[in-house]
Amino acid sequence: MEPTLRAFPAQAPPCLRRGRPRAAPAIAVVVTSTVPPFQDFLEANRATVYRFLMVAVGPNDVDDCFQDTFLSALRAYPRVTGGEHLDRWILRIASRKAIDHHRAGARHALPTADPPERAATSEDPTRDDDLWDAVRVLPPRQRVAVVHRHVLDRPYAEIADLMGTSEETARANVHQGTKKLREMMR
Amino acid sequence: MKTNDLKRLARRGGFEERSRAAAAGLPDLAAADGLLDVAVGTMSSPVGELFVAVTGRGLAAIAFEGDRYRDLVLGRIAQLISPRILPSPRATDAWRRELDEYFAAERTRFELPVDRRLIHGIASDVLKQTSKIPFGEVSTYGAIAKKIGHPSAARAVGRALGANPIPIVIPCHRVIGASGALTGYAGGLDRKVRLLELEGSVLPGSLGGA
Repeated sequence: MEPTLRAFPAQAPPCLRRGRPRAAPAIAVVVTSTVPPFQDFLEANRATVYRFLMVAVGPNDVDDCFQDTFLSALRAYPRVTGGEHLDRWILRIASRKAIDHHRAGARHALPTADPPERAATSEDPTRDDDLWDAVRVLPPRQRVAVVHRHVLDRPYAEIADLMGTSEETARANVHQGTKKLREMMR
Repeated sequence: MKTNDLKRLARRGGFEERSRAAAAGLPDLAAADGLLDVAVGTMSSPVGELFVAVTGRGLAAIAFEGDRYRDLVLGRIAQLISPRILPSPRATDAWRRELDEYFAAERTRFELPVDRRLIHGIASDVLKQTSKIPFGEVSTYGAIAKKIGHPSAARAVGRALGANPIPIVIPCHRVIGASGALTGYAGGLDRKVRLLELEGSVLPGSLGGA
């Protein structure tokens, strides 16, 4: 189960809300920044973000992208206010970092720039290496969408939100990416 | 290909350890970018494990082990100072060293700066007076109340001391009841006794007595 850290939901003060007036609380709620201490936020999201980036950018670059993701979050953190699902927010940043990483890499890439780590820990190392080879040739947006879907089990609507696309596009990215992987792994 | 294969890729190669190591590298990177507003750390001491929070201005908080106050204080720091809080042995090192020296009886006063941003209102006067009580001596709630110009406010003094965000360094353990009773301590009376023993304080009346 994913830990969910939630700040106050964004809501306009009663005077700015349109439509039928509802029973307002006697005392106006002052919306302040109530984000948790960054170390708690980091700990709550560390595992998910790392798993995501492990497959989204590969074992050689996961550490750099992970630290880059949380540094960006740290920079913006005091300005994060109500209405933000922090667990989605950090995955949105991580998604952008993963895609930017591939774009930056593509400009000066060697085909073998990201060799698989021959890990002995897996049940079937050869099969894993083949899978890494297949994952690596996916277009970045398809790769990121596939990881959200099949590693983190996110619904399409959320993948759309995380990647800033429509739900149809999110669905298409996942399906095309998955199809390519299946073909390569046959 | 099964989708479980992808999940396995994500978890292989000591994933838990690797993610912890990557996270542990963050505080130094953050500090280099000027993004580490509050560094936190822990240390052992004769009164149990201590939690310390240090900002660019100085020591902002100390909490005792098993203290519900630790989470409370972190929440207040996040709200009143900055939520950019990360563990950093390096950035808390100087203060931990001063505290070590104090507990080793090599130091009777603290010299590094403190950050008073968690202290407000009347507590600020109370804690300022409390800071003037020298090592090895004690004062009373009534005496502090008199010094801040509210002689009948001994209870308010007690409350302010109970909410002291920087115990030990702002020595609220040196404030006792007029009868010589230790009265109370946010960190527990055992710790108050231990700190006063450490300082070799001679108490009026029997130590810890009624």
